[in-house]
Amino acid sequence: MSLFAGHDLTCVRGERRVFAQLDFALEQGNALVLRGPNGSGKSSLLRLMAGLLRPAEGAVTWDGAPIDQDPETHHARLRYVGHLDGVKSALTVAENLSVWAGLAGDRPHGGDVGAALDRFGLFHLSDIPARMLSAGQRRRLALARALVGPAALWLLDEPTVALDAPSVAALLRAIAEHRAGGGMVVAATHADIDLGAFSELDLARHAIPWSEDAQRQGDLPA
Amino acid sequence: MSRFLLIVRRDLRIAFRQGGDSSMAVVFFVLAVVLFPLGVGPEANVLARISSGVIWVTALLATMLSLELLFQADYEDGSLELLALAPLPLETVVLAKCLANWLLIGLPLLVAAPLLAVLLHMSAAGFATLALAMALGTPTLILIGALGAALTVGARRGGVLLSLLVLPLFVPVLIFGVAAVDHAIAGLEARPLLLALAGLLLAALALTPWASAAALRQALE
Repeated sequence: MSLFAGHDLTCVRGERRVFAQLDFALEQGNALVLRGPNGSGKSSLLRLMAGLLRPAEGAVTWDGAPIDQDPETHHARLRYVGHLDGVKSALTVAENLSVWAGLAGDRPHGGDVGAALDRFGLFHLSDIPARMLSAGQRRRLALARALVGPAALWLLDEPTVALDAPSVAALLRAIAEHRAGGGMVVAATHADIDLGAFSELDLARHAIPWSEDAQRQGDLPA
Repeated sequence: MSRFLLIVRRDLRIAFRQGGDSSMAVVFFVLAVVLFPLGVGPEANVLARISSGVIWVTALLATMLSLELLFQADYEDGSLELLALAPLPLETVVLAKCLANWLLIGLPLLVAAPLLAVLLHMSAAGFATLALAMALGTPTLILIGALGAALTVGARRGGVLLSLLVLPLFVPVLIFGVAAVDHAIAGLEARPLLLALAGLLLAALALTPWASAAALRQALE
């Protein structure tokens, strides 16, 4: 039994089945890269893993127990970086991060916030209102969230979008360290990034074509 | 508890930095009430007769206008997803946002109400009851409004829909709120009506966070 796994997952979005009969399994230190064309359900699968979305069939389990049995415990062990950055323009860079650090951990993570900002080259911008940040800098601030407080599982949706080469390198270093400490990473990406040893899940193979699904449900004439 | 306060502080800080939105509700409240003497004429006894109703209806509209955006900004920039994924119940997040909004909107309305009552020639006997009734009524309005805001988050033209959903639910607060003040002015016992307002507040506290959180989860799916 794998630590973090999904069995026979079916995802339905707006009455359309995006993918069906999908399985995945991750052990400590593993990385899983989700591939597939646009609309193949990469983001939906990440949201299923986070518990934001419930599978129509199947179950996502942690150590054998379904994650929706105790969602708060599951939320405490994961960091989700979606394609929205969740950055508040009115707050400074450091304030943005310390809100999430405070929500994630029981104790204040003052040192962690500075260190996380430093990892992504944002430390000198700590006191700047986030509205002044560029798209890439906002992305880096969102990724820095993953670094505050310990979390076993990182779910990254297109993490390299808008990042420059040094930031991608910083992200890869952070992922490598996270995995060396026993952490798990699931990333959806089109970029050809070098994660070391990783497994791949091609969602195109589980996809259900539009026409086929519509016919089965009788929405469209054959 | 510390996480609850963290969200309250975050919302207050964002509101203070942005100014605008929350002070707008209070300015609307004051301006709308000031329009009444201009509209119905300056006769003191007419104004005094309608004063409690005018203040309550205007406070209700001001609350509703301000709540349209309670979850919208967080929904659009992705913060709401992250709040839903924080290791605390979404119900607690909803309560924290309601408390922050009460401090930003409910409290200024509460302070402004007796001043506007003077303007409308309300009898001084009603002031204390008005303040007390507003203190019990405004949190209820915000909790109910939050449910409407959670149901309409992500919807286009959500504002109109919000008022259709929420205004009927505001009616009990309006009825008991106005009646409490009128009773106090007439020298009758206002306590049972204030207790009814307290009961409405407790019911809203017990029920709306769950409904709001369920609506938000639905919006995030």
